[in-house]
Amino acid sequence: MNGAAAVLKALERQGVTTVFGHPGGAIMPIYDALYDSPIQHVLVRHEQAGAHAADAYYRASGRVGVCFATSGPGATNLVTGLATAYMDSSAVVAVTGNVPLSLIGTDAFQEADVTGVTLPVTKHNYLVKDVRDLPRVLAEAFHIARSGRPGPVLVDVPKDIQQAAFEGDFDVEIDLPGYRPTVVGNARQIRRAAEAIEAAERPVLMVGGGAQVAAEEVEAFTRLTGIPVITTLMGIGAYPGGAPQSLGMPGMHGTVTANRAISHCDLIVGAGLRFDDRVTGKLSRFAPNATIVHIDIDPAEISKLVKAHVPVVGDLRDVLPRLTELLGPLELGDWWAQLDVWKASYPERYKTDKPLVSQEVIALLARETGGDCVVTTEVGQHQMFAARLFPTNRPRTWISSGGLGTMGFGLPAAIGAAFARPGETIVCVAGDGSVQMNIQELATIYKHQLPIVIAITNNGMLGMVRQWQEMFHAQRYSEVYLADSNPDFAKLAEAYGIDGYNVFDRETAAKLVPEVLARKKPALINFVVYDSEKVFPMVPAGAGVDEMIIGDQEADEAEGVSA
Amino acid sequence: MSVRRHVMSVTVRDQPGALVRIAALFARRGYNIESLSVAQTHEPGLSRTTFVVTGEDAHVEQMQKQLQKLVDVIKVIDHSEGPYVDRELMLIKVAVRNPDDRVEMRQIAQDFRARIIDVARDALVFEVTGDEAKTDAFIEQMRTFGVLDLIRTGRVALPRTAPRNGAHGSNGAAGADDRTASRSRAA
Ligand SMILES: Cc1ncc(C[n+]2csc(CCOP(=O)(O)OP(=O)(O)O)c2C)c(N)n1
Ligand SMILES: [Mg+2]
Repeated sequence: MNGAAAVLKALERQGVTTVFGHPGGAIMPIYDALYDSPIQHVLVRHEQAGAHAADAYYRASGRVGVCFATSGPGATNLVTGLATAYMDSSAVVAVTGNVPLSLIGTDAFQEADVTGVTLPVTKHNYLVKDVRDLPRVLAEAFHIARSGRPGPVLVDVPKDIQQAAFEGDFDVEIDLPGYRPTVVGNARQIRRAAEAIEAAERPVLMVGGGAQVAAEEVEAFTRLTGIPVITTLMGIGAYPGGAPQSLGMPGMHGTVTANRAISHCDLIVGAGLRFDDRVTGKLSRFAPNATIVHIDIDPAEISKLVKAHVPVVGDLRDVLPRLTELLGPLELGDWWAQLDVWKASYPERYKTDKPLVSQEVIALLARETGGDCVVTTEVGQHQMFAARLFPTNRPRTWISSGGLGTMGFGLPAAIGAAFARPGETIVCVAGDGSVQMNIQELATIYKHQLPIVIAITNNGMLGMVRQWQEMFHAQRYSEVYLADSNPDFAKLAEAYGIDGYNVFDRETAAKLVPEVLARKKPALINFVVYDSEKVFPMVPAGAGVDEMIIGDQEADEAEGVSA
Repeated sequence: MSVRRHVMSVTVRDQPGALVRIAALFARRGYNIESLSVAQTHEPGLSRTTFVVTGEDAHVEQMQKQLQKLVDVIKVIDHSEGPYVDRELMLIKVAVRNPDDRVEMRQIAQDFRARIIDVARDALVFEVTGDEAKTDAFIEQMRTFGVLDLIRTGRVALPRTAPRNGAHGSNGAAGADDRTASRSRAA
């Protein structure tokens, strides 16, 4: 056995069945070993897509996603994918080839300092310098990636290490004295949290991406207490978006109800979230009257931005049940009366007085799938519309780039999700701008005949940027117009062997969507929509959540308003 | 919010890049380090970094937690949280312009318990150990003669009382109570 075979053996022992990657000179020994390996390799057409697919594979399944890339340009192409996974706490192990050890540091052909480049965007990384270290390093890499606050780990393996003879033991003990995530919450802190919750009159529970592992525990807690629930962009699905206790998403493009609740509540239980600036708006105006109970597995998130009055460091799967045990139903009649008024006054609404608008396309997809699918998104207006109108009801079914906001994520993420959850329909809600950033992956979708429906809300614009230019840059529309040079998306899909449709009106849309969904095969639907739609409400950058612009979500007697 | 100086120690595994990770963390999160020293400890495979940073307590606490998150970092101690001893080593080369200077300089060195470690016709090299105030004062005294060169190690520090296991090096100050929480987990 050589080092390359040892790498694959170590992956196998971690339970890896699928790897996303792209070969090249410095990783050829590993690709050679792959030839004899039971591990399935999915050949992506750009390494960035491999990293996003691995990231989404984890998000959709909870199993560590793995990607391969060669040295130099292959490895640097991973960087955006790793940064995306890092920001959204996704467990990925990336294995890269590098030039032989003797050439490292000499500016050899296709050499890049990959551990240096990826250092700030990985949870940890390794350059393997001895073939005997491979089992230990890979075991540690998986352990670090999936435990505590998950994150990406990169293992850089020089070519001569891959080629070196390996004989050795794969049963390694993990000994990382500096790495011991706190899992079990402190009993006194949990008691203090319970007391604070009981004392509150207007509490809310806010769940973030960390809650994706603890959906059952969240459900038990909310069912017993009757507490209203706000789900951040990353928390969608960890609590059902359609549940009566759900107030929707908070923050910059959150619902009126969620943002009002934040401004008026007297207690927030933040569970598995990091109070990102897109959620909090201006910090001094965030939840000014609230006691903050912050439960998170990462102690560095406690009081980083929002001061926690009651911090609890631990895994939600440990902390929430113990907290639930100390509580009973809360008396929230007055609070719910207020929340129900807001909910009733500000339902999701949009005007359909135009040929076709993004929101109705996304609402149509939500209706026709019944939410029984995995949703991945690109980044932009369509993403926010999807978060509001197409929030899923099951954990690990909402896959969107939150922290980094990476255009080009959604399409490869759909591929990762399709491999993670075979048999399920994946809907990729995309913008005409974003979808072109990894459009080459149509080839991967075609090859594996993945049941992915790519729904482009094609406004002919970098719509989100256009919205900011309209509102904050005096309508100076600089470099956001795409319509004059967008491809014919239906033809483009056909060129890759994928069913493609251009849709211009709501009648065709209503007829086509159920048909396409029923086929359970790859399809791209290009919905040509109104070009000047804006996402509301909106909390302008630097403003407080109480200063949101309600815009078209304001009650309106006009015709053509649909809820 | 109180702004003060913090002397911190980081015990780190001797892994390639460990120091780079610490330095990169300082750079990325915008922490300004006044001094930094690194050397091996008595335990094989472990090094200790001591550094001085001035900042708001909350900011420094956040920095401590971020350092603690690095996989190779075993322990972070903020010495300012308890009694500690610290020392700095300085080598300073001072010009000798006439014999009287030499006598006077020797006298000052004695007062400061500084040692002369190199003697030349036109210069002396002193070794000074002590806290920062002492080294600063010594430099002041020598200025009149003409300081030719100097190097300081930056502070190194140890807590005065034997640290209880994890007393400082826990997952940070997420509430004193969290320090007693179990923090082991098999993935
Ligand atoms: C890689 C990358 N580049 C630039 C941006 C900035 N950005 C955010 S949204 C957006 C427009 C996206 O356009 P489109 O995909 O068509 O979505 P729309 O807003 O029109 O729905 C841009 C350019 C980004 N988020 N990611
Ligand atoms: Mg667009």
